[in-house]
Amino acid sequence: MKFAIQINEGPYQHQASDSAYYFTKAALEKGHEIFRVFFYHDGVNNGTRLTTPPQDDRNIVERWAELGEKHALDMVVCVAAAQRRGIVDEGEAKRNGKDATNIHPRFRISGLGQLVEAAIQSERLVVFGD
Amino acid sequence: MSILHTVNKSPFERNSLESCLKFAQGGSSVLLIEDGIYAALKGTSAEGQVKAALDNLSVYVLGPDLAARGFHQERVIEGVEVVDYAAFVDLAAENDKVHAWL
Amino acid sequence: MSEVVKKFLYVNRKAPYGTIYAWESLEVVLIGAAFDQEVSLMFLDDGVFQLTKGQDTTGIGMKNFSPTYRSLGDYEVKNIYVDRNSLESRGLTQDDLVKVAWEDWESGEEKEDIVEVVDSARVTELMDESDVIFSF
Repeated sequence: MKFAIQINEGPYQHQASDSAYYFTKAALEKGHEIFRVFFYHDGVNNGTRLTTPPQDDRNIVERWAELGEKHALDMVVCVAAAQRRGIVDEGEAKRNGKDATNIHPRFRISGLGQLVEAAIQSERLVVFGD
Repeated sequence: MSILHTVNKSPFERNSLESCLKFAQGGSSVLLIEDGIYAALKGTSAEGQVKAALDNLSVYVLGPDLAARGFHQERVIEGVEVVDYAAFVDLAAENDKVHAWL
Repeated sequence: MSEVVKKFLYVNRKAPYGTIYAWESLEVVLIGAAFDQEVSLMFLDDGVFQLTKGQDTTGIGMKNFSPTYRSLGDYEVKNIYVDRNSLESRGLTQDDLVKVAWEDWESGEEKEDIVEVVDSARVTELMDESDVIFSF
C-alpha cells in the first residue's frame, strides 16, 4: 500500500506529529511505501533544525530526520505555510531577503501541489492534526 | 466503500466523535486515538453513544494512547477493541480510505 | 496534469478567523485546481460559518478571504455541499450564505449557485463516494 501522510501541527504543541511518526514507522516496518510526508499549517515547524528539546524527552525533529534518512522519505514542508511561520531554506532566504535559514536539511520546502500530487498518486491519505 | 474514521479529540472537549458517529456508514471502522481514547472508557456520559455505534460500526482504541493516559483494557467498553500502531496501519490499508475527524 | 482522476472531498468543520484552517484549506483547493480532479467541498459543523455573507474583518486586522469562496467556480470546484443540520442548529439558513456561481467554459453551462444544502444521509453518501478526504 502506498501512503501519503499529512501533518497539520507543530512539534510538542499537539500529539499529531508524534502519532504520525509512529504510524509512518509502523507502516514502513510492515513493508508499505510512504509516498510523501507533507507538513502543513503549523506542521511546518517540524522542519526547523534549531530545536533543543530537553535531554529526557524525545527529539521530534531529529526522530523524523532519522526515519527519513533510513527510508529515504520525501518530507515536504509547505512553502506558503512556511513563509507565514518563518521556516526558511537558502532559496527562500534569497527570494524574500531573509538573513538566516533554519530548515533541517532532511526536509525540503515545496508547494501545496506536492500535497495534491501525493493525494492523487498514493492509495491512502492519512491526516494527523488537531 | 468502507472508511476508517479517526477521532483524536475527547468527546467532552469537541463534537468530533458525535459528528463522526452521526455520519459514519454501517460497516466502517472508527479508531479512537490521542485524546479521543477517553470515549472508549466505561461509565462516561459518552458511553451510550459508543455502545450504540457498536451495532453497525467496528470501534477500536489505540492501546499506546490509552496506556499513556492511565487506562487499560479492563476500563474499556465491551466490544471496543484495543489495537496497536501496526493494527492502525492495517485498518488504514483494509478500509478504502481514511477520514480524520479533527 | 494527471491521468488519474480522483473524487476529492475537502471536509471543512471549523469556523473562519479563530484559526487558520479555513483559509489554508482553501489554499489547497485553489492550488489543486491545476490537477483536474473531481473536487467537492463539504461544510459541516462550524465549517458552515465559513460561508456566511457580510464578513467584515477590518476590526480584527485579518485578511477577509470570504470573496475567495465566491470565486471557487473558477477553480474546478463543481460541488459545494452544506450540511443542513449544522446550518439549522447554528440558526442559519441558505440565505445567510454566499452564492457561488459556476460556468463550464466549454459547454457554456451556467449555474447561479452551486452551494447545495444537503441532509445527513446525503453527507454520508458523499463521504462514501469520494476517493480521498482532506481534513484540516
